[in-house]
Amino acid sequence: MNYTNLTKIAVNALKRNKFRSILTMLGIIIGVGSVIGMLSIGQGSKKSIQDQISEMGSNMVFVMPGSQQRGGVMMGNSNAKTLTLSDVEKLKKEAQYLSAISPQVSTSGQAVNGNKNWPTSCMGVSSDYLSIRKYELEDGRIFTEKEIESLAKVCLVGQTVVENLFDKGVDPVGQTLRFSGIPLKIIGVLKEKGENGMGQDQDDLILAPYTSVQRRILAITHIQSISASAVSEDKSDEAIAEIETILRREHKLKEGEANDFQVRSQAEMIQTFSSVSDMLTMLLGAIAGISLLVGGIGIMNIMFVSVTERTKEIGLRMSVGGRGIDILMQFLIEAVLLSIIGGIIGILFGLGISYVATSLLSFPMIIMTNAIVISFLVCSAIGIFFGWYPAKKAANLNPIDAIRHE
Amino acid sequence: MEKTIIQVSELRKDYHIGEVTVHALRKVDMEIREGEFVAIMGASGSGKSTMLNILGCLDKPTGGEYLLDGVPMSKMNKNQLALLRNQKLGFIFQSYNLLPRTTALENVELPLYYNSKVKSKERKERAIHALDLVGLADRMHHMPNQLSGGQQQRVAIARSLVNDPVVILADEATGNLDTRTSYEIMELFQQLNDQGKTIVFVTHEPDIARFMKRNIVFRDGRIQKEVMVTNRHFATELIKNLPVEVDVI
Repeated sequence: MNYTNLTKIAVNALKRNKFRSILTMLGIIIGVGSVIGMLSIGQGSKKSIQDQISEMGSNMVFVMPGSQQRGGVMMGNSNAKTLTLSDVEKLKKEAQYLSAISPQVSTSGQAVNGNKNWPTSCMGVSSDYLSIRKYELEDGRIFTEKEIESLAKVCLVGQTVVENLFDKGVDPVGQTLRFSGIPLKIIGVLKEKGENGMGQDQDDLILAPYTSVQRRILAITHIQSISASAVSEDKSDEAIAEIETILRREHKLKEGEANDFQVRSQAEMIQTFSSVSDMLTMLLGAIAGISLLVGGIGIMNIMFVSVTERTKEIGLRMSVGGRGIDILMQFLIEAVLLSIIGGIIGILFGLGISYVATSLLSFPMIIMTNAIVISFLVCSAIGIFFGWYPAKKAANLNPIDAIRHE
Repeated sequence: MEKTIIQVSELRKDYHIGEVTVHALRKVDMEIREGEFVAIMGASGSGKSTMLNILGCLDKPTGGEYLLDGVPMSKMNKNQLALLRNQKLGFIFQSYNLLPRTTALENVELPLYYNSKVKSKERKERAIHALDLVGLADRMHHMPNQLSGGQQQRVAIARSLVNDPVVILADEATGNLDTRTSYEIMELFQQLNDQGKTIVFVTHEPDIARFMKRNIVFRDGRIQKEVMVTNRHFATELIKNLPVEVDVI
């Protein structure tokens, strides 16, 4: 058998029916294009969510108070007071997997400067907080250890607060604002950070020494939560385990007793959100896969019609010496060519879709090489699978019946 | 004495339609030698088409033997029959059977595509040569729909010649053509025969059969009579005597 000749025959046959060939390919083009496009959009949204979460901080680990029992009565999480400054001290001293740690107390209230006021929240933190949450100073300085120890009435402000409390051109550093009636001297301004993945404005805050917020504003002895950074992202789990060990010991929890605190890491958050968008990707991919299948059925349909319509041609080919296998191969090659060419155009089309979609949605554009390879293989398989039966039908035609077919 | 191209002995062909058996051919003996120009005639149902199908290796007989150029056909499988058709036979059909939207040249090349020994350069050369033989070398890049019926049949004849067959089988090859064009096609067949081509021509028109050298008449699956044509038509002369058609506007 001569495959070069058969391929030429098949190519000529497709060229003779250009319009039909293009229509047939359209199914595959749309199928492959949407598979690649949808997977790329799914992956892009996943990456975008991951990026936004990791923008929130570097390898963050949070410790929040958990439920506790008092005389058999479960207390809720929100008003739990299980975390203390000594926990923070212990963690700072003993934890190997933490590179930065900050206690956290926060309260919301009205910030006032002269005749302007703005509702915002005031976070009491240590100087580590900036590196944990990836805040940077635009102007001024961070509070010192001494200021923390002395409950100094100083603060750093975010851009949203600056915009709402100060006229344009006024340098906020050195000015004093009042928060919940307490005057706080502004010693630094934070760089703009924008919204986080959940749409919260990360610039709408005031940072003050935790001691000041804890005692002067809130008048409490416990702390509300602890923020920390793990030494690296893949050490997050070890960091969590270490924190649990240390805090269980500090809180004198017996074996079998539940934790009276919760530890969560940024990595876990990323996983949670990723699994959502993974599901989205799978869903989109499955829908696109169905359209690829429909495209394949389109090929089978056209090849069937083609066999019936070209019965006379098949008869002629047989009468001039085409064997059954030659006819079979010709139709099979036609089907495979249709699906492969359609597949290639579909891949380009899919890349186009993902380019347009990702730039419209401002996702990072992620081209999945394996999606391209797989959809290409699927195309070829579809060509063979859906081309085989019509081709077999053509090959089994009786030459006399075929040539006399009208 | 010329070589025997087709030797048919006690050939039978039965068709089963439901419970009825139709004897399309009943013990036919026939011999066609190299350089002959034979008409197979008969009314419809006489068995002449069945005979042509078997001669053309498109159908297998129920019984008897058929030797094509010395090759016994009864032992051949489907693929070997295809090979025989490709290398020893040329077909011409009543309705030309050209591939649509395909140039004359490519149509003529078709049989050679199924012969892997012929390279593409040789394929093209042989096709051009065949088109030249039928006088259509200047139309090789025309599509069938740009050609007249007679020209289309000439392309089909070129296609039957391109593999240099031992015998050309024509099935009512002039059936779709007007008188003048039929005569022109017969002129071409006579020229080919003069050059030594063996031609078997199936027709039901006695007028056309007189262009051949020998007529075999079928009736009810048997050869009714075999006659050597005495008063033979020669197309070249007949065309001269045809009244010149004047287009009246």
